[in-house]
Amino acid sequence: MRALKGLSLPHFRSILFILLLLSLEWKAGAQDWVRTGTNLGAARIRLAAADFNPSSADAQTPALKTTFDTTLYSDLNNAGIFDMVSKSMAPPLTPASPQQMNLAAWAAAPANAAMVAFGSFAVNGGQIAVYGWLFDAKNPESPQILGKQYNETASQDNARMIAHRFADEIITRLGGGIPGIAETHIYYVAARGGNKEIWQMDYDGQGQHAITHLGTISLSPRVSPNNDRVAFASLGKLGWSIRMFSLVLGRQVSFNSPVGTTLSPAWSSDGAKLAFSAARSGDPEIFTSDANGGNLKQITTFKGPDVSPTWNPKTNAQIAWCSGRTGLPQIYMMDSDGTSVQRLTDGGYATSPSWSPNGQFLAFAWNRKYGPGAPGGQDIYIMDIASKRWTQLTHDEGRQDFPSWSPDGRHIVFQREKGGGSEIWTMLSDGTEQHRLTQSSGNSMPNWSWK
Amino acid sequence: MRTLHHRHFASLIAVATLTLAAGCHKKAVPPPPPPPPAATSPAPTASITVTPDSITPGGGAVLAWKTSDATDISIDGIGTVNAYGTQNVQPTDSTTYHLVARGPGGSTDATARLTVNAAAPPQSTGETMDEQMFEQNVKPAFFDYDSYDIRPDAQTILAQDASFLASHPTLKVVVGGYCDDRGSAEYNLALGENRANAAKQALVNGGIAPDRVRTVSYGKEKQFCSQANEQCWQLNRRAGFSLDR
Repeated sequence: MRALKGLSLPHFRSILFILLLLSLEWKAGAQDWVRTGTNLGAARIRLAAADFNPSSADAQTPALKTTFDTTLYSDLNNAGIFDMVSKSMAPPLTPASPQQMNLAAWAAAPANAAMVAFGSFAVNGGQIAVYGWLFDAKNPESPQILGKQYNETASQDNARMIAHRFADEIITRLGGGIPGIAETHIYYVAARGGNKEIWQMDYDGQGQHAITHLGTISLSPRVSPNNDRVAFASLGKLGWSIRMFSLVLGRQVSFNSPVGTTLSPAWSSDGAKLAFSAARSGDPEIFTSDANGGNLKQITTFKGPDVSPTWNPKTNAQIAWCSGRTGLPQIYMMDSDGTSVQRLTDGGYATSPSWSPNGQFLAFAWNRKYGPGAPGGQDIYIMDIASKRWTQLTHDEGRQDFPSWSPDGRHIVFQREKGGGSEIWTMLSDGTEQHRLTQSSGNSMPNWSWK
Repeated sequence: MRTLHHRHFASLIAVATLTLAAGCHKKAVPPPPPPPPAATSPAPTASITVTPDSITPGGGAVLAWKTSDATDISIDGIGTVNAYGTQNVQPTDSTTYHLVARGPGGSTDATARLTVNAAAPPQSTGETMDEQMFEQNVKPAFFDYDSYDIRPDAQTILAQDASFLASHPTLKVVVGGYCDDRGSAEYNLALGENRANAAKQALVNGGIAPDRVRTVSYGKEKQFCSQANEQCWQLNRRAGFSLDR
């Protein structure tokens, strides 16, 4: 809008000057409103992660320590709130303890670290023992911010897990008290051998494994807020129903799915309710139920497809969803009893809403310039619900769908279809730092765990 | 699927060509069977099918063809076509579709015959219906993009479907709702349910008891045709019928 006003000015120089000013202002302004809400607003802290000191001679130590060092650095780098000191700029030191720490060497150029994470890593008698510290390089009088100790059975998985836990401690401490996401998981759909099963992986793409083995098509996994169950939609002999898998028991548990095509479950943030699409009367509508499927309530009555609900996790008082009531699908929002319906998107093809943890934003997939010959692509957008202002997060990289927020609100995981394959990617919730998490093609519909 | 086969076929040819080329370079080995002259282009290949191969008047069928090593491909009555593709046809009389593929290596032709039967009296003898008989008589209804409205052509087909089912009162059917592979998977499952339900409603309006008809949405999870063009997308946007056993 402002740029248009600028263009209407007569003098070329003023136009240039104003455009320059506006571009600076737009950049600052636009980034600010997104970042403030997505916990990415503050200036990044310059953080160094020293390679840990190998304080045992056990033959397993080097391999496990490499995993630990790599994972810790990667977790801190992925957090979105640090300006990481690259390993090549760090002093060639591996302090094992506070006594061995030479803070001045880390605070000096080229590292210029404001904070340093360091410690020791040992394997003794099949046990990993890690001591980790976080020091403030700008406060040499009293530098210690964190001191942690971890003991676990020696394994690659545990080396990664300890790194995730230490990283989350650092992120929580330096990131305004918002817990880190290094211990979270992502549930998704993997197409293998003609079927689609529900899979799980760590937030960084490690440890990919199947959760279900149903030999049919299962879609739309949604993990419960306390990580004990995964709800999903599955095609059985009588059509689509919602099924429930217990991650605690390792097997399917009962869920009273309504008769008729039932799709796209969504948990309320207190774990007490589910919303989903059900076609009891032949027309898909949004319903809510208790966590076992009881207390079924129909909350929409619109002709045409109604699907993909998502609760406002801050209040559980509102639900956004995708409706084809006027033709091409649009994003709508309503109170969770079905009243106060508002349309949020103004055209194009908009699907797959996901409500941000702080209640402020919706992420969704949108092809804005839809139609024959239109140049549009299906990209991930986020909308500030109060102002209806939106920002496009992905550009010119194939077809994206199914965004899902990380619990810290700083990240979004999504599906990207490009060159015939479909993979899971993550990015910061301002669209930067996009990383691919899966490699094998046929991966879709990611859902980020709540913790 | 067709695309895949085509690719496999192409890579086979590539492998064969490589093998031949490698054979030509083995100068040390005396060549008892002289290698074929390298300059000769392979003769075109061509195949064409029509599914189903017999229809009743007003019914439709799908032509599918595939060629290789051809530069000029045409089908009598249709004209010049791409190297492979599909097309809906709805002739009023029996027709032989004659495909000619011409290339540097010569020309090859292939034919497919579509028989248009006089409207056969339905067999209402009550014995078990065979799958083929069912498919020949209960045709899918096709839809416009992002729509579950019954088009006039689909209305005609569904009226015929309903009349067949009315004369076979013991049959129960499943209506599958299908979508093309554009757009979002969850939304397409809901849209597919609307399509299946619209087709069911048309059967019910045609006198079929609702409890004989069950709906299942396949969204974009099952595709009949995998190319990214409108002919293919149209084939995938349907309500299709199968026996409910």
